[in-house]
Amino acid sequence: MAPRPGFVRPDFMRPDFVRLDGVAMRYGEGADGTLALSGTTLRVAEGEFVAVVGPSGCGKSTLMRLVTGLWPVTEGVVTVDGAPVSGPLSIAGMAFQNPTLLPWRRLLENVMLPLEVVEPHRRRLRRERAAYEAEARELLALVGLAGFEGRHPWELSGGMQQRASLCRALIHRPRLLMLDEPFGALDVFTREDLWAVLQALWLARRPTVILVTHDLREAAFLADRVLVMSARPGRIIAEHAVPFARPRRMADTYDAGFVDLVHALRDHVSAARRDEEAVPDAG
Amino acid sequence: MPAEGAAARAAAVAAAARRRRRLETALPWLVMTGLFLAWEIGCRAFAVPAFLLPAPSAIAESALKWWRPLLQDGLQTLFTTAVGFGLAIVAGLLLGVAIGSSALVYRGLYPLLIGFNSIPKVAVVPVLVIWFGTGSLPAIITAFLISFFPIVVNVATGIATVEPELRDVLRALGARPLDIIRKVGLPRAMPYFFASLKIAITVAFVGSIIAESVAPNAGIGRLMMVASSRFDVPLVFAGLILTGVMGVAMYWVAEALERRVTGWATRGQQGGVAEAPGG
Ligand SMILES: Nc1ncnc2c1ncn2[C@@H]1O[C@H](COP(=O)(O)OP(=O)(O)O)[C@@H](O)[C@H]1O
Ligand SMILES: [Mg+2]
Repeated sequence: MAPRPGFVRPDFMRPDFVRLDGVAMRYGEGADGTLALSGTTLRVAEGEFVAVVGPSGCGKSTLMRLVTGLWPVTEGVVTVDGAPVSGPLSIAGMAFQNPTLLPWRRLLENVMLPLEVVEPHRRRLRRERAAYEAEARELLALVGLAGFEGRHPWELSGGMQQRASLCRALIHRPRLLMLDEPFGALDVFTREDLWAVLQALWLARRPTVILVTHDLREAAFLADRVLVMSARPGRIIAEHAVPFARPRRMADTYDAGFVDLVHALRDHVSAARRDEEAVPDAG
Repeated sequence: MPAEGAAARAAAVAAAARRRRRLETALPWLVMTGLFLAWEIGCRAFAVPAFLLPAPSAIAESALKWWRPLLQDGLQTLFTTAVGFGLAIVAGLLLGVAIGSSALVYRGLYPLLIGFNSIPKVAVVPVLVIWFGTGSLPAIITAFLISFFPIVVNVATGIATVEPELRDVLRALGARPLDIIRKVGLPRAMPYFFASLKIAITVAFVGSIIAESVAPNAGIGRLMMVASSRFDVPLVFAGLILTGVMGVAMYWVAEALERRVTGWATRGQQGGVAEAPGG
């Protein structure tokens, strides 16, 4: 299935920041391997917020690893910022379902971890520590964690840890933010709080965001565009522009337009899952 | 009135907690005293001959009589054990990091290590004596050989079990393997490392004493061999008890270090979850 006909590109027609062209990815060798992605093609403009939804196991996390250069593609080309990706990409920040904060570090030190690794911050950190620290505090305040800088991760709830994990993903001012089901383990109320937090962060910093999620309401609430993936081997089978104005509020999620969009997404994902049942051995 | 009641209750709870802590500190001593008392009474009641099982009083008497050789040999054993153990820490950390962070090193070395660890160290001592003579060296090496394996295995486990997502976060940032080991692997391996130290220090004594018994030259092992050849069983027991005391002392040192370095791993006793702004 080709991307939905009649789809209108959002009108910021800047050149593509992330491009995948005919990408395939196989784990393992030959016929024994798992074909996770096949014929995946997608484009993301700079500053755009894109959500990716699809049945579980369809290769969403794999997609994230390819874009950040953690794994090489088996076939095709991944381009970020005009250059083919050939290794880890430090203009990207990442956050996962598991916040993976380091238990022996205080929150502020956890957030500042990327600065100890990424050039050129790594070189400057010692001399300009105060400035960097101020920036980390500012980021923590932006997600509602002012006053918690000196706490250890295990003193914080899951939602607070995930907020800190978002700060860690953003501290080195990445131009690309890759989020793999970041709110998947949180309860519904905490999750909706964090949608607002993430939207605020995005509006303040305007990174390009690729968000993988299971939650179709989350995708519709946060993204400029939602991509739907097929069952494994995954490729993009549909995309929906999300026309609602920013900043979006929780009340907007009860609008008819929003509800219709969520239903349309649900139909696509259900269809993809049915296909999978019909052809059990898609790999 | 409810406020006063609550205050009184809080005071009572605090007092109970204090009593409990005092009991916890005293308990090991109480248990030990009880054990020695039962031993003493048992020996006297059943008139057990001293060459089978000497009573604690007989052991103490013998220890007082032979305090000078006990001290000298004790220090010698402590010395060889500490040196062997120190070497085991250095080698164990290095090899543990290498094995834990590289699948290649793991594949290449692990079977060899396991095979080597299965060899009874008693069998190695004669070889060591042939190579190095009968000085302190065989005891040091035996203590090293016996205590470094648990350290390697634990450090390697700590480093190899870094969460893949965390590894991805750092790798995507351009972290070099050495960065990941320094920032995440090593701190993460510290609780495993200290857990292994507590095992390693006790088996290091076993190593030293085995070497000193097989190639009697100096140390508690030799003292016990000599004593038993003269059927001086109380002195043998004095040597055993001295070894136990040194083992406990070294264990305490390791535990105190552990508490300082890896307090974060034994959280939960202090403090709960902080008040959340929305989750
Ligand atoms: N490291 C790996 N080695 C082998 N197979 C993998 C690996 N990671 C993922 N897979 C397989 O690739 C497919 C896609 O996985 P993933 O990208 O994690 O899916 P999703 O994130 O959409 O749930 C799955 O069938 C999974 O079992
Ligand atoms: Mg996934």
